[in-house]
Amino acid sequence: MAAFLARRLVQAALILLGVAAITFLLLYCLPADPAVLIAGRSATPQMVAAIRHELGLDQPLVMQFLHYVGNLLHGDLGRSYTQKTEVLPLILARLPATLVLMAAGIVVEVALGLTFGIIAAVRRGGFVDRAIMMLSFVGVSSPQFVVALLLLYVFAATLGWFPMSGFGTARHVVLPAVTLGVLGAGWYARMVRSAMIEVLRQDYVRTAHAKGLSGGRVVLGHALPNALLPIIAMVGIDIGQFMSGVVVVEAVYGWPGIGQLAWQAIQQVDVPIIMGVTLVSALAIVLGNLLADFVAPFVDPRIRSQ
Amino acid sequence: MYKFVRRIGLAALLASSALVPAAFADTPTNGGDIIVTYKDDIATLDPAIGYDWQNWSMINALFSRLVDYKPGTTELGPSLADSYDVSDDGKVYTFKLHPGVKFTNGRAVTAADVKWSIERAVNPKTQGPGAGFFHSITGADKMTAGTADTMEGITAIDDHTVRFTLSQPDATFLNVLALNFASVVPKEAVEAANGDFGKHPVGSGAFTLKEWTIGQRLVFVKNPDYFIKERPHVDSFTIEVGQEPLVALLRLQKGEVDIAGDGIPPAKFLEMKKSPEFEGMIVDRQQLETSYVTLNTQVKPFDNAKVRQAVNMAINKDRIVRIINGRATPASQVLPPLMPGYDQNYKGYAYDPEKAKARLAEAGLKDGFATQIYTSNTDPQPRITQAIQQDLAAIGVKAEIKAVANPNVIAAGGTQGQAPMVWSGGLGWIADFPDPSDFYGPILGCGSAVAGGWNWSWYCNKDIDARGQAADAMPVPAKAEERNKAWAQIFTDIQTNDAPWIPVFNERRVVAKSKRMGGPDEIYIDPTRVIDYEAIYVNK
Repeated sequence: MAAFLARRLVQAALILLGVAAITFLLLYCLPADPAVLIAGRSATPQMVAAIRHELGLDQPLVMQFLHYVGNLLHGDLGRSYTQKTEVLPLILARLPATLVLMAAGIVVEVALGLTFGIIAAVRRGGFVDRAIMMLSFVGVSSPQFVVALLLLYVFAATLGWFPMSGFGTARHVVLPAVTLGVLGAGWYARMVRSAMIEVLRQDYVRTAHAKGLSGGRVVLGHALPNALLPIIAMVGIDIGQFMSGVVVVEAVYGWPGIGQLAWQAIQQVDVPIIMGVTLVSALAIVLGNLLADFVAPFVDPRIRSQ
Repeated sequence: MYKFVRRIGLAALLASSALVPAAFADTPTNGGDIIVTYKDDIATLDPAIGYDWQNWSMINALFSRLVDYKPGTTELGPSLADSYDVSDDGKVYTFKLHPGVKFTNGRAVTAADVKWSIERAVNPKTQGPGAGFFHSITGADKMTAGTADTMEGITAIDDHTVRFTLSQPDATFLNVLALNFASVVPKEAVEAANGDFGKHPVGSGAFTLKEWTIGQRLVFVKNPDYFIKERPHVDSFTIEVGQEPLVALLRLQKGEVDIAGDGIPPAKFLEMKKSPEFEGMIVDRQQLETSYVTLNTQVKPFDNAKVRQAVNMAINKDRIVRIINGRATPASQVLPPLMPGYDQNYKGYAYDPEKAKARLAEAGLKDGFATQIYTSNTDPQPRITQAIQQDLAAIGVKAEIKAVANPNVIAAGGTQGQAPMVWSGGLGWIADFPDPSDFYGPILGCGSAVAGGWNWSWYCNKDIDARGQAADAMPVPAKAEERNKAWAQIFTDIQTNDAPWIPVFNERRVVAKSKRMGGPDEIYIDPTRVIDYEAIYVNK
């Protein structure tokens, strides 16, 4: 186990370095010149040159990158071009909201996905199954912006059950989490359904039925654990995805997550923030997958014995 | 010699100003806490750095400057300085500071602070966008080049007297001193913030920053020691960021929000404007803005003035204004109508495709030509560009649309020989101060026709440059009228002869506010401050 962990951690470090290098190169290739954007409309060419020098942008690309990685090893993500403040506190300030929404969103989508996926699998081919699959299709193909605005209009603006905007209390998280959950649940329902159908066909399930167990115990107690593996992998992916920000949902509900920070930085070519957010997201994806790999053996003993 | 005393103000200075000061119908009442929303996060509150339309009005309310505009007008008046005088050659300005003004950290504001603050704004180490405005102060060039740490042109004579020496007369100098970049900041607070002054601002303005929760809200409270006793009126204003404009309007309807800072999305505009429910809640006003298409005078065939004139005649500006639901007025010239020097009688190039074709034929291009037009990729800019594309197609010009992100539009425009045409929408020129020269130097002058500059027409006419310099050397206010006429003629001549732009429209600004907010429209869309937090108030 220790060797496995060490190997995965080295892999993670290499992935992050690779992500940093690729992002850095891509940003460098953009035609937009951050110094011109910072210097403003009334700047002279001398002023632009002076600012470029201050930012170190007059150095060769390789030097800039080594400098960046050097600072990174000290935990220094640099300073924002437009805000001038350090990048790390900007990201950390938005981390709690991002984590809360990620967790709540995953809980909702897994709960909905499991419930409907199991029902569909048990009733496969019937009306209920077809209705659920149809709904899941609508869910995964609905635009986030529309669903978010619709939920907000009905449950916050009209009925007044939830606050329209902001972050802080449990009531604030409900609508954003439900938006993410409803839209994501479709994938889970489909995945659970097909995994369950596969498992329900197996001999040991027939045996369980034969020895007189109730239908519910067979499905939930015997079949479900074997169908959970792909779900765990999906959760691992979602952790990474939600950590990199859910721009649209954040925007509609005024949620102070990482997505909004990233979106604004991209529009302003604020390279240090873009780099910082990209690295944090990459880290989250790596950790999410790592977590899924660690959890899997506990759910499925077959992996443990390998 | 020109002097002013408090209350009389600099009214004479801008006697020709196009804006008449508003008659304030009701007396403002004091008290109240209001909520303002914006979609984008606030980047910084450092007056040497902040330069976008969200933070501009907040910085304005946190800090004070030697001179400032009267609320809702383009008229300069005293602020930190009680009086000033200017030498006969227009090169030496001496200001007397108002006694007893304190920063909110308790220390008195001195002339040395004025000097240090402006030097900081110019210093390239600050990386601020305002440095260029102070170019006429002696020593600004050395500071910009990084060879000096102070500017010899600014002297603190004693604690209450500061003198500026200019290398050349500059009629806009007082306007420059009213910009946020000239705000006075306490050195010790800047140094204590260790690079984060933008998040921990200390000034001597009407408000102080009480709380900043990143990504969520900023709370500004009234400065009880503000040296203008009758202001501000509200006790506090809270900026909530990350608010989608449509949601902000819903919250406004429910009374949760007082000002929706981003205004009304174009798609909702007509609906809201017609709805009785929103009566008295929509502020819709002209600003000092022109949206235009630049015609690159260094790229064929736009190097031929006849071609530039022809495309000027090809654009149906009324139709473009309809595309944005009438939120603009078709433009005939470079200057917007509210700007001194705007020529009421100049009609520009009327829409006439037949004449446009004839002019193209004169240029030897009767079969048209192929070209490219760059535009920002955020709605409604690509739709407007499509309308321009269709108008051009009608005279045989095939324009390929290049819709890219704003920074890339700026990069393409500022690269020599790259963008034949650029639609400026979303990046249009909003005046930094109400003076016609601001629409020349940085966007049409030879000095800005450089890599990374904003003169995307790459227009450089040495004669016009000389005339502009002569106009800016005219002493103000003695020759203000004559100077405005000179500028009016410069812009008319540029358009008539050289036509480096297609001026398309002057966009109006729209803000939505709750019914309890009082005061005239012009303090919600102030020509120099955007929202004037010092002047707005809550109706009792």
